[in-house]
Amino acid sequence: MVLAFSIAPIWVYPIFLMKVMCFALFACAFNLLLGFGGLLSFGHAMFLGSAGYASAHAAKVWGLNPEFAVLFGTLCSLVLAYVVGSLAIRRQGIYFAMITLALAQMIFFFSLQAPFTGGEDGIQSVPRGKLFGVIDLADNMNMYMFVFTIFILGFLFIWRVIHSPFGQILKAIREHQDRATSLGYDTDKFKLLAFVISGAIAGTAGATKSLVFQLASLTDVHWSMSGEVVLMTLVGGMGTLFGPVAGAAVIVSMQNYLAQLGAWVTIVQGVIFVVCVLAFRRGIIGEIANWIKKPL
Amino acid sequence: MKRKLLTLAAAAACAFGGAAQAQISDNTVKIGVLNDMSGLYSDITGPGSLLAARMAVEDYVKATGSRLRIEVVGADHQNKPDVGSNIARQWFDTDKVDMIADVPTSSVGLAVAQIAREKGKLHVNSGSATSDLSGKACNANTIHWAYDTWMLANGTGKAIVRNGGNTWFFLTADYAFGHALERDTEAVVTKNGGRVVGKVRTPFPTQDFSSFLLQAQASKAKIIGLANAGGDTTNSIKQAAEFGITRGGQNLAGLLVFLPDVHSLGLNVAQGLMLTETFYWDLNDQTRAWSRRFAAANSGKMPSMVQAGVYSSVLHYLKAVEAAKTDDGTKVAEKMKELPTDDPLFGKGSVRADGRKIHPAYLFEVKKPSESKGPYDYYKLAATIPANEAFRPLSESECPLVKK
Amino acid sequence: MEIFGIPSQALFGQLLIGLINGSFYALLSLGLAVIFGLLNIINFTHGAQYMLGAFVAYLGLQHLGMNYWVALVVTPIVVGATGVLIERTMLKQLYKLDHLYGLLLTFGLALIIQGLFRHEFGSSGMPYPVPEVFKGAINTGFMFLPKYRAWVIVASLVVCLATWYVIERTKLGAYLRAATENPSLVQSFGINVPRMITLTYGFGVGLAALAGVMAAPIYQVNPTMGADLIIVVFAVVVIGGMGSIMGAIVTGFGLGLIEGLTKVFYPEASSTVIFVIMAIVLLIKPAGLFGTQK
Repeated sequence: MVLAFSIAPIWVYPIFLMKVMCFALFACAFNLLLGFGGLLSFGHAMFLGSAGYASAHAAKVWGLNPEFAVLFGTLCSLVLAYVVGSLAIRRQGIYFAMITLALAQMIFFFSLQAPFTGGEDGIQSVPRGKLFGVIDLADNMNMYMFVFTIFILGFLFIWRVIHSPFGQILKAIREHQDRATSLGYDTDKFKLLAFVISGAIAGTAGATKSLVFQLASLTDVHWSMSGEVVLMTLVGGMGTLFGPVAGAAVIVSMQNYLAQLGAWVTIVQGVIFVVCVLAFRRGIIGEIANWIKKPL
Repeated sequence: MKRKLLTLAAAAACAFGGAAQAQISDNTVKIGVLNDMSGLYSDITGPGSLLAARMAVEDYVKATGSRLRIEVVGADHQNKPDVGSNIARQWFDTDKVDMIADVPTSSVGLAVAQIAREKGKLHVNSGSATSDLSGKACNANTIHWAYDTWMLANGTGKAIVRNGGNTWFFLTADYAFGHALERDTEAVVTKNGGRVVGKVRTPFPTQDFSSFLLQAQASKAKIIGLANAGGDTTNSIKQAAEFGITRGGQNLAGLLVFLPDVHSLGLNVAQGLMLTETFYWDLNDQTRAWSRRFAAANSGKMPSMVQAGVYSSVLHYLKAVEAAKTDDGTKVAEKMKELPTDDPLFGKGSVRADGRKIHPAYLFEVKKPSESKGPYDYYKLAATIPANEAFRPLSESECPLVKK
Repeated sequence: MEIFGIPSQALFGQLLIGLINGSFYALLSLGLAVIFGLLNIINFTHGAQYMLGAFVAYLGLQHLGMNYWVALVVTPIVVGATGVLIERTMLKQLYKLDHLYGLLLTFGLALIIQGLFRHEFGSSGMPYPVPEVFKGAINTGFMFLPKYRAWVIVASLVVCLATWYVIERTKLGAYLRAATENPSLVQSFGINVPRMITLTYGFGVGLAALAGVMAAPIYQVNPTMGADLIIVVFAVVVIGGMGSIMGAIVTGFGLGLIEGLTKVFYPEASSTVIFVIMAIVLLIKPAGLFGTQK
């Protein structure tokens, strides 16, 4: 995967690849919560979007360097995740999903009204700035390396979290929460921590994305964005490590190349959803993993 | 021997001809028409603008015998700044588009203006309304055609206030365009002795204006200013009629109303509306001739001011490209400002230093059903505003390109 | 006369508008509550089915000359039939799995339906005329109330109460409720449970379509009309209690009123207030105001 992303920009439009990486990171973060934690959040766009606004504001209005803008965005979504998580974790299943949706909608309307987000116009002309004060990120290739590094770091972090004692306990909670409690684990604390990590990394993806496109807009906090990340994870394979990356690549490519066909994108996405749920529940990577009998 | 010489001469001639062409990037002038192809502005711009652009290319080649290779492509930005900027970016970076035309929805227009500047390409906007495009957001790669909020405010707004409509309540579409229109109109109202008693921001786009209209009604303002466009305007006007707002003595001011809007409202509802446009198909013989050609290829629908603007701006663009012998955005923009404009739709005009195209504006009143002789015969001319008065004077401009 | 500094005219006007919005919330959340309460399916397609109802009425008028009154009866049946089809072919397979999959499937279906219509019709609205009988407005003294909107309030109240009555007070309703509690036991009594479930889903969908037909003259027939509405309706159902019929009805009208009230005092918050209430209710009483924890 590292190899693929390192050499791809020679042939493929780098901005497109950066978009894939940002969404892949977003989906990986989401998958941590859903695939490994068993918690469906229907409001994850709030982390993508609010971190995007935060870093856009930091870069444009405060003139922070890009690395600090991204960090600031991540910090904001981390705090948001903690608050939302503490409220949502108390309930389970569909009610958990509904609370995350409700809170995400509140963030959406806040973003719509708050003066600093620019409402429908969004925050435009976000400067990419100079990395470490030296490397000019206006150059697409430099930006690409920056995004690539962030993506790899985020991915490795998630990989580490999953393959750790914490990750194991999380999986146990997903399988059978009561049993985990009876073993003495404070399941709420674990779920909250998973939620916070997931939200923070989703924020990193969002913060980076607004620098790539130099625009932070309402689309990133809209509930349909939350739906898209579910789709990416589902298509790629819930509970697999590389699944979300594959899913993001598929969905973003599809959106890009079918864009001229307008509404067909929505239709195709819907069809993929239906097909995946009915027949293809393991997702792309899941099916491959099943075939080669190795966890991916 | 003679043959060889001849071939050599021919080859040399081609080489020279080729050299002149060589400054046109990849030998093609590529124009991208970016607008709302399926949403609430699709009748005002949409596929009609694409048609207008293609007509301009055809007419130009026919009239001048030019040997430029010209391509026209179109895309739907769905009125979203992020979709629009992605398309613009990709068009400029990978698809070799040289000029982006149309771009309604001011928030997208502003985003594209920025990107055109960054990439040194050209953005000739006929669709957005915000006067900021030739004001504080102006740049050397953006030219603003057709109309803008300042012209609308000073056309319609001034006329209404002078007519006794001195208390206003605004229903404003909550994005760059609505805010700009509200701001510019408020300035005109207060300058002419009126007062703004209230305003409400409506989500963009909205289907149901009932609660906002009730608020307007409660304010008892004489005039309810609709700082919105397209479907938003027609919905507000229709629903105002439903709720008896006009029966109660208040009047609606449609600050931005296009011919297709009046068509969808019908004269029964729209009669008496005052509006300002810079183009109407029935103004003179030239506009009539062109519009009939356009309608024939556009399922019988007459052109809107924006679609006419696309035609006119593309024509002038091609003239400038030919004259400047390049399709480099910044250089062509300079040439467009240098050359005076003249086309059958807007008559004679020019492009100013701040990127603002100047031409006369017309105050129209919508006819009563009894006064209309057929479909699209909707306007009667109330006043003509000469070009130098129709748009914001350079002295008031906040554009950094204007040397004070 | 002023109440809290707002002229009473404006207040009552907004409350009435709120009641009209509430009627739609109630009708739609009723359908959703029926489907979730009795079938444990989270029907995300509800918004698209509402839109389908409006479109069937519009197309029926355009191509078949089907007038409003006929549409009121025919449309729910037509769209309900499509619902039955969906249930039979797709939803059936997901009953043994996590609720999650049902939600994802219906979400996907919603995308497909919405996308198809957007492709065909663009996203600007199609006009649908108000039926002759209801043209014009009643001058209530504090506002002009368009007659059609008054009809909407009355009609939805009648439909909601009728549905509640059937489910809670009749034998058919009793069978339905029993079947969700313990399908195998009820089936052993000779009642065709799968068929009841299918028909119930169809009925819920039909309710959505009915709401769509009623909305057509007010809101313009438009492919995206269901999309943003569905999220609000979910909030209503959750607040009312996901399985409670009366809860959905009361909460629907109630929240419409609260939204209308908010528009008077603090218009910017009017879209958020429902979600704030939902979050609060979920934290204090997660089963909803009228629901019982399953």
